[in-house]
Amino acid sequence: MSRIAVLKGGSSLERQVSLRSGARVEDALERLGHDVVGIDVGPDLIRRLREERAEAAFVSLHGRGGEDGTVQELLEILDVPYTGSGVLACIRATDKVLTKHLLLEAGIPTPEFFAFTQAAFRELGAAEMLPAIAARLDFPIVVKPSSQGSALGIKFARTPDDVPAALVAAFSYDARVLLERHVEGRDLAVSVLDGAEGPVALPVVEAVPHEEDFYDFEARYEIGRTGFICPARLAPGTTERAQALALACHRLLGCSGFSRVDLMLDGSDELYVLEANPIPGLTDTSLLPQAAEAAGLGFDQLVARILELAFERAAGTPA
Amino acid sequence: MSSPQKPPSRSTSRDLERYAGLFASRTRMMTSSAMRDLMAITARPEVISLAGGLPDTSTFPPETFAAVTAKIAEESCAKALQYGPTDGLDETKGCIAEVMAAEGMHAHHEDIVVTTGGQQVIDLVTKTLIDPGDVIIAEGPTYPGAVPVFNAYQADVVQVDMDSDGMRVDLLEETLDRLGREGRRPKFIYTVPSFQNPAGVTMSLPRRRRLVEVANQRELLVLEDNPYGLLRYEGEPLPPLFSLDGGVFVMYLGTFSKILSPGIRLGWVVAPPPVLEKINLGKQEADLCTSTLSQLMVQAYFKQGDWRDYVGSLSEIYRSRRDAMLAALADHFPREAEWTRPAGGLFIWATLPSYIDTTDLLARALRDNVAFVPGAAAFLDGRGHSSMRLNFSGCDEARLREGIRRIGEVIKEQVALYGTLTGELGTVKTEEVPDTEGEGGRLVELPRRPARGRRAGGA
Repeated sequence: MSRIAVLKGGSSLERQVSLRSGARVEDALERLGHDVVGIDVGPDLIRRLREERAEAAFVSLHGRGGEDGTVQELLEILDVPYTGSGVLACIRATDKVLTKHLLLEAGIPTPEFFAFTQAAFRELGAAEMLPAIAARLDFPIVVKPSSQGSALGIKFARTPDDVPAALVAAFSYDARVLLERHVEGRDLAVSVLDGAEGPVALPVVEAVPHEEDFYDFEARYEIGRTGFICPARLAPGTTERAQALALACHRLLGCSGFSRVDLMLDGSDELYVLEANPIPGLTDTSLLPQAAEAAGLGFDQLVARILELAFERAAGTPA
Repeated sequence: MSSPQKPPSRSTSRDLERYAGLFASRTRMMTSSAMRDLMAITARPEVISLAGGLPDTSTFPPETFAAVTAKIAEESCAKALQYGPTDGLDETKGCIAEVMAAEGMHAHHEDIVVTTGGQQVIDLVTKTLIDPGDVIIAEGPTYPGAVPVFNAYQADVVQVDMDSDGMRVDLLEETLDRLGREGRRPKFIYTVPSFQNPAGVTMSLPRRRRLVEVANQRELLVLEDNPYGLLRYEGEPLPPLFSLDGGVFVMYLGTFSKILSPGIRLGWVVAPPPVLEKINLGKQEADLCTSTLSQLMVQAYFKQGDWRDYVGSLSEIYRSRRDAMLAALADHFPREAEWTRPAGGLFIWATLPSYIDTTDLLARALRDNVAFVPGAAAFLDGRGHSSMRLNFSGCDEARLREGIRRIGEVIKEQVALYGTLTGELGTVKTEEVPDTEGEGGRLVELPRRPARGRRAGGA
């Protein structure tokens, strides 16, 4: 039994999701016999962590601050073992542009894209490039903020005229946005969990929205809005390829503990990595718990394993 | 660690699928939304929230509250702790009749059902009248809090545009004709005629008359939602639809929330006897009766002094807050923005250029610790994406000004960015502010973006 601080909430746009993940994790940790303190992270985080004398932190935060290396850096300084990826992997994975460049360099397929900062438009006249970009990507294209974890701010531009407003929307979330070729196809997610013999890819989950034309923010976190098929029914070999890509991505970004890699499978059976999530959701409808369960790992066991990995990493023993 | 052992996890995904299989089909429409998640952040203390619809309860005299509760404890403790009749206590109806009389309405006690806030009236009326797929006519934009109710009963809501004189009754008639040709007859028309939530506009007298005529000619029920009628800051009061119609086709929704307290959760409905009877049965099934304690508080409060005095003091506070917000809008919003100039109530509706999506803008504004309600919350048909509702009753003037300044900054940032992206270089000028002092407020421009087949989400 250990004293565990569950970090949740905060001021990120994914606060609600984080609170739901956190509450479930707290319940699981209590069932596992730990002494649990939930902390809604805010300006008193450091003081709370010191006062509570937590032996480890279960980081159940999503989005800005919690998933981008910020909280992880603080926990490193405080010398508190914590769950999930370290500072560098968090920085790499939450920055979609950086992730995609690393993927390209490593030969992992990801949809073609262009990324811009607001400054490029303001100071370098990048707007004049938009027609050329549009011509190279073909419509529809997806416009999204570089660092937003959920589907917030993601817009489809069906014609060139839609692009400026989509960019304005995406810049609401981040100073950098990317324009990406839209891959028409099936929406897959592969969760990766570290094990004694290195990371293991869990069964593939396919998300099938019931009604929306796009697997959007609402559908992602709601029971009954999206159907999940796990393991996904895929052509022979496709599951293995998807899992191999997810593992390669997990390793490439330096993730530890666990991660979730989102992919698209197009009509010609080609797979593309969209992004990696260093702290995937652990809510009732989240994909990692579903995948773990399909692999025979219940939620409590999953939480226990993630915590164990945090202690192992802190002790310097290989996970 | 003395707490009892928690039961084993029952929320594995398999179990959830099992639960999901048990959900009524109406829960498909009872959804949370990205917007609701964004709104959750607005409750943080560092955020200046112009998003709520909160009346200011800080000036209510604590000694009055103490006197009222002491009187209940002394004189009617047992009664206060007991169930009451489903339709409400008769003395409460006396207070309600007094409030209605202040706006020139006369209601018989037997025609009133006391409810748990005005919100329950919307629920009960919808429950009484709507089968899945039935049509409700509402204003566009409509009260965001009515949207989830209409969704839960699987109503098909048709929204009729408004201008500065309220609902366009000519468009209403066109809509009714069109629906008639499709063989569909709306069950009721939902309207907030005075100081509409969220648009802040007031239905003109000719339109009120015409609406009542249309309802009578076509034998359509109207639900008149009038929470703010007594919070008028300028101009002459207009007769409620209920008084023009005499309660034949107009059902009336009133509430103590904005003239006394939303915390006591006390509202009421006046409706034709056959409808009221069903509403009464629906209420019995929902909650048996409205809080007796709250009803006795209102009764004691009405006895200890003139309830109009407090309404008068609130009106003074809200008038200067409205003026402060209007002045701040003129100072800080770019010329591309438009907004309404309400003569009462709690809300101003601002509309931005169509390329700005106010749900995304809210995410940006929250980084600067300021919040509003995105316009999409007030539509069920995917419109409203470029508008926002701004509340001026819940913050003091300094915070209102600062909040509007911050929102103005992010709007200007997006206008300039759009200009850069399209080559129409940013034309953000704040000196050339359009005249907002004009009579009757400015036209409510509603974005006419085609519905994208996506629901507007909850409030």
